[in-house]
Amino acid sequence: MFDDFFIRALIAGIGVALVTGPLGCFVIWRRLSYFGDTLAHSSLLGVTIAYTLEFNIAFSVFIISSLIALILIQLQKKTNLPGDALLGLLAHSSLAVGLVVVGFLTFIRFDIMGLLFGDILAVTTDDLLIIWIGGPLILLVLKFIWKSLFASTVNYELAEAEGLNPDFAKAIFTILMAAIIAISIKMVGLLLITGMLIIPAAMARNLSDSPKKMVIFSVVGGLLSVIIGLFTSLEFNTSSGPSIIAAALLLFILSLLNIKQSIKLKN
Amino acid sequence: MSNNILVKLKKAGLHQNGKWLVRDVSLQVEKGKIITLIGPNGSGKSTTAKIALGIYKKIEGEVEKYTTKVGYVPQKISIDWTLPIRVRDFMLLTENLNDDTVDEALSLTGVIHLKDKSLGNLSGGEFQRVLLARAISKKPELLVLDEPVQGVDYTGEIALYELIKKISDELNCGILLISHDLHTVMSATDYVVCLNGHVCCSGSPIDVAENHEYKALFGDQASQILSRYEHKHDHVHTSKGDIKKN
Repeated sequence: MFDDFFIRALIAGIGVALVTGPLGCFVIWRRLSYFGDTLAHSSLLGVTIAYTLEFNIAFSVFIISSLIALILIQLQKKTNLPGDALLGLLAHSSLAVGLVVVGFLTFIRFDIMGLLFGDILAVTTDDLLIIWIGGPLILLVLKFIWKSLFASTVNYELAEAEGLNPDFAKAIFTILMAAIIAISIKMVGLLLITGMLIIPAAMARNLSDSPKKMVIFSVVGGLLSVIIGLFTSLEFNTSSGPSIIAAALLLFILSLLNIKQSIKLKN
Repeated sequence: MSNNILVKLKKAGLHQNGKWLVRDVSLQVEKGKIITLIGPNGSGKSTTAKIALGIYKKIEGEVEKYTTKVGYVPQKISIDWTLPIRVRDFMLLTENLNDDTVDEALSLTGVIHLKDKSLGNLSGGEFQRVLLARAISKKPELLVLDEPVQGVDYTGEIALYELIKKISDELNCGILLISHDLHTVMSATDYVVCLNGHVCCSGSPIDVAENHEYKALFGDQASQILSRYEHKHDHVHTSKGDIKKN
């Protein structure tokens, strides 16, 4: 039952979940789910560039996602379009361009389904290295900007007035988002990465009354989702990404019971 | 006494979306002094406070800030329900304080019993007290209070103003206060700046009360309120309890 590829996938998934937990909380608090989606969609372009130039996928995705984030900031400054329209514009156009480029790459065998929905068979030892070096690095940077980022999430002006660095923290957080998408794309697939960020954190919100608790529950939820999802994937031969996200959804539904309970207690 | 200055505005102003929110404001906040900004709605009081705090990046004029230990109570703050946060978490928002310091500040503003409550479940007045507790808990050198007692009940209001005065004395910190309540504020204020898009007039409460521009802006009644606190005493009360004529 425990094939090598499965152990690799499990270790990779655990590494990813440890990082998506805390980041996912900020995605919910700062209302960035659609932003995460946009970065994820653009990563297809990053993957195709990686294939064309025979370049590392995670690195290429990271660069393209960061670039898209930069373009977004510029568009927000220069146009009068609302944020969600700009996000949609970038998400779908970069996905479209990515797919067009895929069409040209007839000389390469391309598993498009694996790219969109994740493929545990595709996780290599190199990927494990990237996840387990990149992941802790992301967490370390997040810890470093935590105070400024969290305080400005509560109130920007308060953070700015009392000597924190909200603008810097926001910029760094954008880079961290691009980084987590880059390292988790093979596991979860680019269409479902935002789900990995949001759903465990949403579940955690239902169980928490403090930010720290929410982060911890979000990590635990992510880990459980990965473990349950991957075993299901192995057992029933389903795609790894959807299986993990479906497991996360199940946990979210269970967490709703807690809300009902606490509402009853209040009355 | 330039070493007592905490923040100094020199002809500061903010021009946004084609209009001046406030301009040509010169003022300074010194250690141990309370300076109050008054003025009608939209006169630029909050904007001036934010300029002093360095929140705006592109301003006209100059701001010189001589301290980094700042406590701020903003006029408006809304806590998003997506964020699970209790009073005790909020107290540590910008600085890591130990439990005793947090408890002391919450006790001073009378909300220690709310420590484990979720911020979202507080009433307006309770939240205001928590905001003030958070701002003073880090023992700042400069305290900027933008209508700190809004929504607080009447007796609480008086107590909180007394507390603010006490904090200014004990911590020797400078306070930039914005308030509508002329009665309660003036008794403790060292210097008043009356704004109406620019500095309309400024000085001690009594000077401002007698200023004709201030009268034009607020009416005669308001002027009487101000001056009431500066009336002359023709007698003193001795420690033995009897009255001595001057």
